[in-house]
Amino acid sequence: MATTVLDPAHAGTRSRSVLVEWLTTVDHKKIGIMYGASAFVFFLIGGLEALLIRAQLAGPNKDLISPEFYNQLFTMHGTTMIFLAVMPLSAMFFNFFIPLQIGARDVAFPRLNAMSLWVFLLGGIFLNASFIWGAPNGGWFGYAPLSGRQYSPGVNMDFWVIGLQILGIASLAAGVNFFTTILNMRARGMTLMRMPMFTWSTLVTQVLVLLSFPVITVALIYLMVDRVFGTGFFVPAAGGDPMLWQHLFWVFGHPEVYILILPAFGIISEILPVFSRKPLFGYSAMVFSMAFIAFLGFGVWSHHMFSTGMGPLADSFFSLATMLIAIPTGVKIFNWIGTIWGGSIQLRTPMYFALGFIAMFIMGGLSGVMHSVAPADLQQTDSYFVVAHFHYVLFGGSIFAITAGAYYWWPKMFGRMLDEGIGKAHFWLMLTGFNLTFFPMHFAGLLGMPRRIYTYPGGLGFDTYNLLATVGAFVLAVSILVFMWNVVRTWRRPADAPADPWGGATLEWAIPSPPQEWNFTEEPVVSGKDELWTLKRAAGVRTLPEPARSDGRGIHLPGPSWWPLIVAIGILLFMVGFMLPRPWAFPFGPVGLVGFVITLVGIFKWAYEPPDAHATPH
Amino acid sequence: MADAHAAEHEHGSGGATYVKIAVVLFVLTALEVLLYEVCYGESMTGLASLGASLEPYFVELLLLLSAFKFWFVAMFYMHLKFDMKLLSWLFTFSLVIASVVILALLALFTYNRGLWWPGGLW
Amino acid sequence: MTSTTATLAGHDGHAAEAHHTSLPIENRKLAIWVFIASECMFFATLISTFLIYRGQSLKGPLPADIFEVPLVTAGTAVLLFSSFFVVMALNGAQEGNRRKLITWLSLTVFCGVFFAGMQVYEFSHFYHEGLGYSTNLFSASFYTLTGFHGAHVTMGTLWLATLLKDAIKGDLPAGKALNLEIAALYWHFVDVVWIIIFPVVYLMSLRS
Repeated sequence: MATTVLDPAHAGTRSRSVLVEWLTTVDHKKIGIMYGASAFVFFLIGGLEALLIRAQLAGPNKDLISPEFYNQLFTMHGTTMIFLAVMPLSAMFFNFFIPLQIGARDVAFPRLNAMSLWVFLLGGIFLNASFIWGAPNGGWFGYAPLSGRQYSPGVNMDFWVIGLQILGIASLAAGVNFFTTILNMRARGMTLMRMPMFTWSTLVTQVLVLLSFPVITVALIYLMVDRVFGTGFFVPAAGGDPMLWQHLFWVFGHPEVYILILPAFGIISEILPVFSRKPLFGYSAMVFSMAFIAFLGFGVWSHHMFSTGMGPLADSFFSLATMLIAIPTGVKIFNWIGTIWGGSIQLRTPMYFALGFIAMFIMGGLSGVMHSVAPADLQQTDSYFVVAHFHYVLFGGSIFAITAGAYYWWPKMFGRMLDEGIGKAHFWLMLTGFNLTFFPMHFAGLLGMPRRIYTYPGGLGFDTYNLLATVGAFVLAVSILVFMWNVVRTWRRPADAPADPWGGATLEWAIPSPPQEWNFTEEPVVSGKDELWTLKRAAGVRTLPEPARSDGRGIHLPGPSWWPLIVAIGILLFMVGFMLPRPWAFPFGPVGLVGFVITLVGIFKWAYEPPDAHATPH
Repeated sequence: MADAHAAEHEHGSGGATYVKIAVVLFVLTALEVLLYEVCYGESMTGLASLGASLEPYFVELLLLLSAFKFWFVAMFYMHLKFDMKLLSWLFTFSLVIASVVILALLALFTYNRGLWWPGGLW
Repeated sequence: MTSTTATLAGHDGHAAEAHHTSLPIENRKLAIWVFIASECMFFATLISTFLIYRGQSLKGPLPADIFEVPLVTAGTAVLLFSSFFVVMALNGAQEGNRRKLITWLSLTVFCGVFFAGMQVYEFSHFYHEGLGYSTNLFSASFYTLTGFHGAHVTMGTLWLATLLKDAIKGDLPAGKALNLEIAALYWHFVDVVWIIIFPVVYLMSLRS
């Protein structure tokens, strides 16, 4: 087996330091790893915030932390987990695996991809830096007028508004990029209806990103100018209507929750067939139900607002539309179970998490259907019942699926298998801790415990539920530590994972683990769904021979570039300019102006940068 | 790609068509302004009776005229008529979602103010 | 803000050019269409807000006090013509006719500058009439909507001016006509947004 490979980054005439290599990389795999690493750090920060919240709520009448800090914690926990953990963890898989699954050497716009990463990372650091001055404290959906200047006079909500705006730029750029990549960079023969399900879920997710993020962009602009320039979009005293914020937020916000869960659907749809040794049941039904979920996702936003008094007509419409979503979602769950049914099930760690996902997601889905009934929702809204519901879909759903994906794809990303024993310990701890944390919240909520409450008097019947939830949260934290231990332990072992450790069906398993910089030495040609299984069946083997590493001679790859990072810094400065006190503030102040100039110059330099300015000789 | 461009020219999206479209767009814009002037302006008092009969449909007519302009620019200047169907679908899909969101928001807010379709909408 | 990504997507992807594409379309052209689709929602939200806040301002000046049909009609006509000019320029670029390309593209850029200038004049005129950004809901939603449209016009003008510079240097041969094609698509989109804004924001609001 040929293992002598020239890493082109080091083979070039001038050797670049590792740091420069990563700062200027346009390689989708390196970008994916950086997305994953930074999102995991943010995930830990968000988790720490959750632990503090749970410690404060462990018993009645506690004052472990101040009420003001508590508000910051739950706001930042929600914001972090949604925008800085789950979305970028999905982006890690988009980046690393979409080109591999469709048989491409990179994404359509490698430098734009790098810019998305840097804008996301800088935005995330910016949001978390707010703890120095006072973190956002108005809740993750920033309801006006609470988030306006009158009720949030400090810089707290400025950080939130501008941080989210920055993150939106990263998501939109990535949306354009991945939509184009999937439609236009597929291997020969890979028609749309032959694409792996994870690729499909990514494509549908990008549609949601592209059509929903502009709405929050505008809403954030309104909130920002309300706060900075004193306009009255959401100020009742000026005739403004805070309901407009709620509507615009949820026109974005509901597609956003599908942005969080659809990639998880895709990951599960990859793992179940592989570990059941059976093709996915009802492929086209899976595709169409996903598209239908996405489409309906734009017509249900007001079910987040039943308690605002929209009137019976609107309530009925949004109730019915919401109930409709249960149909395509039910189809998906049915098909997943149909996939396992009669399969030769291999109970490896990824499969554990995938099966855990199905069970937990069904529970979250059922309480979701309960919310669609407007009169029932009036009882449940703003209570811990809702907190239980969305953690069942976001943690029991998205995080379980992302963890399943991590175990499944780890060998491909890093060339090392994660330990099965520790992995299963991780699963059981996480499943226990998760249910211990969130299941009691259903009861606390139905007994009337409001969400976001700083503390509660004893004897209302939810003391025990809260104590259980706190214990569960710490069990969850231990399960994450077990995962980290698994990573550290296996990292010391040699990188000797085979190309196809699980018997996969998709193209990423046809190339060495980890892949070489150019992914495919020869561009693959696809003849059907589950291409690798077709090849194996034709050859009558369980595993294809280990693919040889090549020297990549003659393969043209885009060169590294500084401009994505520089443009990202410019965008950050430009946006920060809006929240600074005069004379540093944007319109005439230096910071925003410098940011604007850097962005503009960066874009021009980028546009005229020769495509392979630093290309390494092959 | 060269084929695609050649095909475009065969379909006659050349200079002459572009000039015709420009004239049409100009005329439609003139009609929009004219419609406003006839219905509400002070300079066209001679056409007061025409204005009175058009006035109830002012918004609908205006939207129709701009829809035509939109269509002409999208179809001919943006080449949708000659380009891949996918692009038309892409644009149409987002326009449909955008329009539905606009109408739904308008309906929700006018309904909240005690008005209802169509009087409250415009 | 979002126009930044357009420009980036627009100029990126050299490496992909050599790569085979699944659909008979270049990556950059597909990307600009995807971006345009996304922008539809951006302007839809701005227009919705303007309409929702129609008649909700607590004090004046109101549209009927302040809008002037001739000025904005001139701006509208100029923007429409610029769409025509840029397709002619693109025609020139695709034919490799540099003279035609430069002539029509210069006119397009001139129109862009004129429109932006018209808007600066309009805004400062309104401001002197007492319509500040935070005066009332009408002013806030009007300035935000037309201001962001104006920002798109400015970015587009800058983009086209860059291409004009390329064309003058002889850097925009027929083989690179795609560079202009995607800029033109963006420009037409900015134009169709104005085709909506002109009647919906100006003419409809003028009714007393």
